Amino acid sequence: MDWLGAEEWQAVALSLRVSLWATAASLPLGLFTAYALARWEFPGKQIVNGLVHLPLILPPVVTGYLLLLTFGPQGPAGRLLAEVGVVFGFRWTGAALAAAVMAFPLMVRAMRLSIEAVDPKLEAAGATLGASPPWVFATVTLPLVAPGVLAGAVLAFAKAMGEFGATITFVSNIPGETRTIPSAIYAFLQVPGGEGAALRLVAVSVAVAMGALLLSEWLARRVARRVGGA
Amino acid sequence: MTLEVRLRHGFGGFTLDAGFEAPPGVTVLFGRSGSGKTTIVNAVAGLLRPEAGRIALGGRVLVDTERGVWRPPHRRRLGTIFQEGRLFPHLTVRQNLRYGAWFAPRGARREDMGRVVEMLGIGPLLDRRPGALSGGEKQRVAIGRALLSAPAAILADEPLAALDAARKAEILPYFERLRDEVAVPILYVSHAASEVARLATTVVALEAGRVVATGTAAEVLGDPGVKPLGPREAGAVLETRIAAHHADGLTELDAGGAALFLPRLAQEAGAAVRVRVAAHDVILAREAPRGLSALNVLPGTVREVRAGEGPGALVALDTDAGRLLARVTRRSVAALALAPGVAVHAIVKTVSVAPGDVGG
Repeated sequence: MDWLGAEEWQAVALSLRVSLWATAASLPLGLFTAYALARWEFPGKQIVNGLVHLPLILPPVVTGYLLLLTFGPQGPAGRLLAEVGVVFGFRWTGAALAAAVMAFPLMVRAMRLSIEAVDPKLEAAGATLGASPPWVFATVTLPLVAPGVLAGAVLAFAKAMGEFGATITFVSNIPGETRTIPSAIYAFLQVPGGEGAALRLVAVSVAVAMGALLLSEWLARRVARRVGGA
Repeated sequence: MTLEVRLRHGFGGFTLDAGFEAPPGVTVLFGRSGSGKTTIVNAVAGLLRPEAGRIALGGRVLVDTERGVWRPPHRRRLGTIFQEGRLFPHLTVRQNLRYGAWFAPRGARREDMGRVVEMLGIGPLLDRRPGALSGGEKQRVAIGRALLSAPAAILADEPLAALDAARKAEILPYFERLRDEVAVPILYVSHAASEVARLATTVVALEAGRVVATGTAAEVLGDPGVKPLGPREAGAVLETRIAAHHADGLTELDAGGAALFLPRLAQEAGAAVRVRVAAHDVILAREAPRGLSALNVLPGTVREVRAGEGPGALVALDTDAGRLLARVTRRSVAALALAPGVAVHAIVKTVSVAPGDVGG
């Protein structure tokens, strides 16, 4: 990777790490939330739905500031978590948290749609054949929603790769710690002669995003062919 | 093993209030759409919680609302065959068939996979996925999947309703074999009189959420007071045995000593055969007719006359062959002075009996 400078390479590696963690860590909660919104009726469902979608509508700076107030070094959750050794403020983990929160609505939407498309009658059939609810979920629901889960994860990953506003507000722009690709591009554009480095990172951004989309398309088509018959 | 059902549940504007027992063999829940058949099956399967009632299978209580017992569906072990098959689209036929066996308790009496596959003729389909199967093939796999889950009873909710006539004719014999070869009770929901006539060991007739009659197919279908589908669909069932196949393409049946001629049947001589005779295909005559093309003339006695709302009437008569129903006009009832005890001749055209109404 000679064509990327050390500083640029650092931003790329950090972005990949932050996005992968953000996606992987929010996947179980995203799936659970999507399932609850798709299948269960409970009091306050509309409020939960609203909270999940809030980061999509709020200015990212607001989301970042709210994260700082809550999970920052002085925030209530931040102080509590620091006691057990989990620190988000001005660390790459904070960048991952910000990316996860911003990507969460996209992930949940894709998964919820695919769960709603699964016929509950198939799940009932599984139950009559002796499968308990967790087994029905693992052997019937999950395989059928796999394309949607995959699409949600890839969408979330791509969103995490591009997250800027909430990240820079929450954890600042510290080289090697919180300077992801978008923050690095922004930083390079602030200094004279930084356009070259910025352009190279733009190219990396486009390539990663395209690669992720193609991969998810290919995987989804494979799964769809398996489910569709023949 | 007997399935005991007693239920009360409000649905679709009226209250289902039904109780019956399903002994080994096929018990057909018979009634028109909306009479509560599917509600009963769903309650037995555990897919619906009844407001009140008790369901027990051979002493094992599945539901007892008074004692607060409710067993979830996966702990009931009732192999269920749905109208739409409900095969798992992401699994092959083989995996679908094995799905239930996976969850069956270790000690359960299991059907042999090879035997079931052979009985249902689905060997060539094992590696395909449900998306590539025809409607009839899907239903045969669904039957196999239910059988192989080591069920304590089998529930079938209108398993043929979504199929065309040819596919129905293809699947019905498999249910007949199931009835004769499987020891567990089978609860079978249907709104087709021909299925009742061919399959039922016991019939439970439902109207608007109430049981209006229970008994054998011959008893229930031969009762002019029980018309869950209306008089148009009425028709009695005769229990017969194949006497001989004749060279001119006819099969002679022995119905309680009386001879009955039908177009050639596939069964061997000596085989027991049920024949459903639609009430509108029976002509009544006071005297033995002469110079008649119809081959089947059964002497009998009128047992009951039921005039309907319209111009028609249903006449039940006892013949040597068994109970028959005839649908005639009220004008004919008056002209022939039909009343209980009157001797009549029932005339049935050989070709009027539909092949789908004849079964083992």
